[in-house]
Amino acid sequence: MAFRDDWRRVRAIAMKDLTTELRAKAGFNGVASLAVTILILLGLALGPDAQALRNAAVGAVWLATLFSGVLAFNRSFQVEIESGALEPLLLYPGPRWPIFAGKLLANLIFVGLMVAIVMAVGIVLFGITIPERWVTLLAVAALGVIGLVVLGTFYASMSSRSRAREVLLPLLLFPMLVPVLLAATTASKALLGADLMHEAGAWMRLLIGYDLVFIIATFIAFEHVIEG
Amino acid sequence: MIEAQGIGKRFGIRWVLRGVTFTVNRGEAVGLLGANGSGKSTVLRVLGTLLRPNAGTATIDGLDITRDSSAVRGKIGYLAHAPGLYEDLTARENLEFAGEMLGSRALVQSSLERVGLGPMASSRVRGFSAGMQRRLALARLMMRSPRVLLLDEPYSNLDEEGIALMSSVIHDVTEAGGSALLALHELAPARGILSRTITLSDGRIETANSDLPVRDDAVLASF
Amino acid sequence: MTEKLGTAPEAGVAPPPTSRVFGLVAFAAVIAAQAYSIMSSPADRDMGHLQKIMYVHVPAAWMAFLAFFVVFIYSVRYLWKQNELHDLIAASAAEVGAVFTGLTLMLGMIWGRPAWGVWWVWDARLTSTLVLFLIFVGYLALRAFVDDSVQRAKWSAAVGAIGAINVPIVYMSVKWWRTLHQPQSTPGTLDPAYTMGLRLNAIAMLLVLIYFIRKRYEIARIERAVEHLAEAQAMGGR
Repeated sequence: MAFRDDWRRVRAIAMKDLTTELRAKAGFNGVASLAVTILILLGLALGPDAQALRNAAVGAVWLATLFSGVLAFNRSFQVEIESGALEPLLLYPGPRWPIFAGKLLANLIFVGLMVAIVMAVGIVLFGITIPERWVTLLAVAALGVIGLVVLGTFYASMSSRSRAREVLLPLLLFPMLVPVLLAATTASKALLGADLMHEAGAWMRLLIGYDLVFIIATFIAFEHVIEG
Repeated sequence: MIEAQGIGKRFGIRWVLRGVTFTVNRGEAVGLLGANGSGKSTVLRVLGTLLRPNAGTATIDGLDITRDSSAVRGKIGYLAHAPGLYEDLTARENLEFAGEMLGSRALVQSSLERVGLGPMASSRVRGFSAGMQRRLALARLMMRSPRVLLLDEPYSNLDEEGIALMSSVIHDVTEAGGSALLALHELAPARGILSRTITLSDGRIETANSDLPVRDDAVLASF
Repeated sequence: MTEKLGTAPEAGVAPPPTSRVFGLVAFAAVIAAQAYSIMSSPADRDMGHLQKIMYVHVPAAWMAFLAFFVVFIYSVRYLWKQNELHDLIAASAAEVGAVFTGLTLMLGMIWGRPAWGVWWVWDARLTSTLVLFLIFVGYLALRAFVDDSVQRAKWSAAVGAIGAINVPIVYMSVKWWRTLHQPQSTPGTLDPAYTMGLRLNAIAMLLVLIYFIRKRYEIARIERAVEHLAEAQAMGGR
């Protein structure tokens, strides 16, 4: 019974976050535009040689995702902090994990959408041919996004409430995402080519392990961190 | 119903509260007075389980605020100075969200109407005046059916009608055997519902002012 | 009246001073171990006497990882019991660990320049150490930007524990990343002629690590005791 109440709260928070973001003027559009802009700048900086661009494509897509992702994560708590809505949120009965789960869900949808857009633009700008194993490629991207969003949302729950939040979030988050970056880019490059050494599978297993470990760890830690 | 004993709270090395001791009994509405920056909001936030005290203890309806904080949260209605609403949602959506978090949406419509926001229910909060936002925050508070009210400057930004509404809500709670603690920087709007006042000064509570006849039954009868 | 939550009874008291003798012994051990290694080990086939930098670089790296392990243990213990002394130990270990990590990186670069002609290579160990350094820096930055001591303790403990969990994962992923390409290694530790020297230096470095952490912890405790005094003053006198 109580569990059903908790899931109700998770859904309510996710819906509330999605609705407010969609209605806010500088919401999703702003973040997605930034990601595409970064991608374009990377193309300009690393090109115009077609082969160089093809080699840089995977890295460029993931970097654009990481840098704009940081914006999205801080925003997910910004709504509450700006209007002083965090206090009422903490005063509702029940455990705290639904707050984390709800924001996680909303961020997964946002960043997932953003990654889809960035990948589409990247394919065009960087001259990528869609590989046979494109489904696996999407799976790699999905696993990477999960890791990114879980840790990003977790660290943002602290950084957004501290001083120097713009600096603190990337400083905390990016070193932690090194395994995700390495795994996602290496596996993607392999899948875009022939994957002669069958490494994509091994990297995917690493990503799955990473995601599981940090989903569990962040849910446990969130309880301690949200009260402040 | 509210018993604070030696509450101390510091921020960094600055001690804002230095031994706050007072009681609010059932059926009482007590005004907490003090200069700007004296720590009135801090007292409310400590009692409301939003801040941990560095020293001292407090109970609300017999429940300890640190050990039984989730039970305490179920009893209180806390109204902060900032409205804490989602500006891109409508009034109704804000209350529906609160309802989902509380476990039931049943009281949404009645709460909206009680505060006089029925006609504005489908408008986004971003367009609301400060007074209207406070009314919506009050409606959200009422959905919790609280026994103990902790109100931070509840009358600010309210017009005459809003003031009467706020006082009547407070009166309803105290009449039903609950209590209310109001942080106020001016006494005038609350005249008529307060049983007494206490003053926060230098981090401590001065002896309750008993020379102010604040409770006025003739005014109360008009609610 | 003393603070309740996040408090240990002894937090208001100045800690026992770190033994100066212990410090002297630790440094003497390092000097002795270094002397032994430098004099007893033969010149390396390829690198000559440059190899000897390994006797500081490798133990420093080990100490950095050990320091992070201490951060992990005390972060988890803090989350478990909210004993503020555990938070202070974790923070002290993090500061000292950051220094050892920085030292490892610099020595790696100093070694690399004459050995390979470049200041940096993206090999598994150096890269992992760099990421470890960044995780330490993030932890310390977080502490610097949070003012409330209980919030700072809780947040650092969470960040410290989660950061520590990632260290082996980072190491593994960087290693896989590198094995696909031409491996260039940092000073090898394979030759048995070197292991005795390494072990001695490792033990000596361990003593230095312990000494530094305890000293830093002592300072943190003194700061905390001062805060307690200020509290007693503020709360006292009606």
